Amino acid sequence: MRVVVDSEKCQGHNRCYALAPEIFDVDDLGFAFAIFDGDLPPELEAGARAAASNCPEYAITIHEDEA
Amino acid sequence: MSSHPPVRDWATDFDHTDSEWVKDPFPIWDELRETCPVAHSDRYGGTWLPVRHEDVAAVAYDTEHFTSRQVIVSEARPGPNDLPAPIGIAPPITSDPPFHALARRLLLPAFAPKPIAALEPFTRELCCELLDGTSAKEGFDAAVEYAQEIPVRVIVRMLGFPQEDAPLFRRFIHQIVEAVDVPAEERRELQEQGELGEYIEARINEHLEHPQDDLTTFLLEAELDGNKLSPDHVAGTMVLLMVAGIDTTWSAIGASLWHLATHPEDRRRLAAEPELLPTAVEEFLRAYAPVTMARMVSQDFEFQGCPMHEGDWLLLPFPAANRDPEFFPDADRVVIDRAENRHAAFGLGIHRCLGSNLARMELTVALEEWLRRYPDFELSDPDAVTWSAGQVRGPRTVPVRIL
Repeated sequence: MRVVVDSEKCQGHNRCYALAPEIFDVDDLGFAFAIFDGDLPPELEAGARAAASNCPEYAITIHEDEA
Repeated sequence: MSSHPPVRDWATDFDHTDSEWVKDPFPIWDELRETCPVAHSDRYGGTWLPVRHEDVAAVAYDTEHFTSRQVIVSEARPGPNDLPAPIGIAPPITSDPPFHALARRLLLPAFAPKPIAALEPFTRELCCELLDGTSAKEGFDAAVEYAQEIPVRVIVRMLGFPQEDAPLFRRFIHQIVEAVDVPAEERRELQEQGELGEYIEARINEHLEHPQDDLTTFLLEAELDGNKLSPDHVAGTMVLLMVAGIDTTWSAIGASLWHLATHPEDRRRLAAEPELLPTAVEEFLRAYAPVTMARMVSQDFEFQGCPMHEGDWLLLPFPAANRDPEFFPDADRVVIDRAENRHAAFGLGIHRCLGSNLARMELTVALEEWLRRYPDFELSDPDAVTWSAGQVRGPRTVPVRIL
């Protein structure tokens, strides 16, 4: 599983950073980005899903592995 | 009490200062969602009211047809040339693109999660001191003696104002946020005669002479495109930080405590499972979102079949969007472990509440310390609870008895 933050949509609500700081970080202006570029370790997948389903701007998308 | 006549019909004559709305707006919005999802009233010179999440979001994202030049609906509707566009009187909340992004970018670093986390120890200490001052035996007013004091003292500290001035702020804020149903002339006088203006000017002069490590000095030294901010911009932003940072969070803390006082099962669960608090805080923000914003229509156009005209007011009730059953399952129930919660308590789009990280921190710390001290409490006089009128909704009296 991979997560992507759409920086065009992110308005800095910081829900993802609060819910899953091991996956997301925020810049000096408070906008979020994903720390993980590649596949998430399985133990972080629940955090990624929680972040995606709590973003008011729908800025986070989850890409499931095809395998 | 509103000075306006009672509302005759909510779809065609609504008024957000009407006593029925102030007491319990949720049934009004529920009915409108079914019958007239974009309501209109001739009051305040013509005002629209969308109540569905979808429509509230659409307006929040549409900065082309809706301007933020004035965000508090009152009888003193500004004319086309009354306010400096695109800056407005309190940038960046009253600013439109493209200026908005510049004014906002300037402030964002001070309100990002990490600098706000640094204020947590001060906030926690403050909450503990306030709780020390309460008398569990006799009961006290949780809204006045606790909730109200927290945001005012934090923002006073951030701006670098004297802590003893906190009580003054409450009067200023009432004039701006709550006294919206007074006649236009009276409101313009309130705004112009400038007790608040004089106060801000005095603080600015002090900071010019003695710069401090605070937001006031930061604003005075800040530059946009190589130029210092205009004095009006600095003063307007300071007023914004005061107004937006106090009434709102006070309301959220008060409403959460009111909920806990009236829902013993939620109270017991949170006292037993403090790790659930951050999730519960989001649910309190959803269910009791304090802030309804406003826009003005910037050009004639049709929205959801409604003929909107330039200069019309539009109330933007994020609290109504948060109770839309099309968007939230069990929208009218407070579910303190709600797992999926895309609430819009802090708005949507480019005007997302600048202070949302601060508000969240204050609300979480305030509830954490309260529940640690007083895990069991109830309303001592449910009939004495009163709610504020206007666009910021929260309980202004919450008499509690500690059990």
